Amino acid sequence: MASGRGSRSGADADADRGEPDDRLLLERLRAGDERAFDELVRTAGGRMLALARRMLPREEDARDCVQEAFLHAFRSLDRFDGRSRLTTWLHRIAVNACLMRLRSQRRRPEQSLDALLPRFRGDGHQERDTTPWKPPQESGIEREEVRDLVRARIRELPEQYRVVLLLRDIEGLDTDETAAMLGTTAAAIKTRLHRARQALRSLLEPHFTEGSL
Amino acid sequence: MDYVDGALSAEQRSEFDRHLKACPSCVAYLDSYRRTVALGKDAASDPASSAVPEELVEAIRRARRQ
Repeated sequence: MASGRGSRSGADADADRGEPDDRLLLERLRAGDERAFDELVRTAGGRMLALARRMLPREEDARDCVQEAFLHAFRSLDRFDGRSRLTTWLHRIAVNACLMRLRSQRRRPEQSLDALLPRFRGDGHQERDTTPWKPPQESGIEREEVRDLVRARIRELPEQYRVVLLLRDIEGLDTDETAAMLGTTAAAIKTRLHRARQALRSLLEPHFTEGSL
Repeated sequence: MDYVDGALSAEQRSEFDRHLKACPSCVAYLDSYRRTVALGKDAASDPASSAVPEELVEAIRRARRQ
């Protein structure tokens, strides 16, 4: 089953080892140590903000969600059970804060992904042959430009597909956890992820095929 | 996607592999699909995005004290 790999298993392994830094920091937080709160914001906040910026189009919303996540965490310290890293727990809270913000802002029907998905003939082959992508070293694009390009294309994906791509491929959540967060089934998540990847591939293709740039 | 994620049975994988040997277009699609996934992960690994603006640190500090 293609789930539960990568960062999630790493986080759980860390918890099993009982990271001393986490235990000590948690003690200080629960004791109300002001410097401990600042320390946590500075060490964990960057990654949370990066996540929020990927999920939310507006910088103001991203910062608000990070703030909400920290405040929620500070109020819930006594409920943190230590089964994951403190930063992992915070990250999950941030994901939920961003999802709630997206739900509250949802006004328009989701745009269709159909134009970005491959079409298949009756024999299972694609209607249009795929042009091989140039090897990375021949693409002529610097690495940072590529990252900017990919981030911009991810932002173009319809929200329900963008969110699944971000949670599964980038945040490393497994299928079941993603499904629970989004209130849907594992099967739906797998389908959405595949379509999101196909759509992103279509958006990136013009930049990586022969004759581009 | 199941092929990429290693979720096919041995028999299914074998059948898929046989198809790939005869279909350059599918090989190209599979390669570009894998690269897309890798590009997405790499785009999120930018260390420059890891700094917390000082005004956000201060806003969180103020809000916590309220």
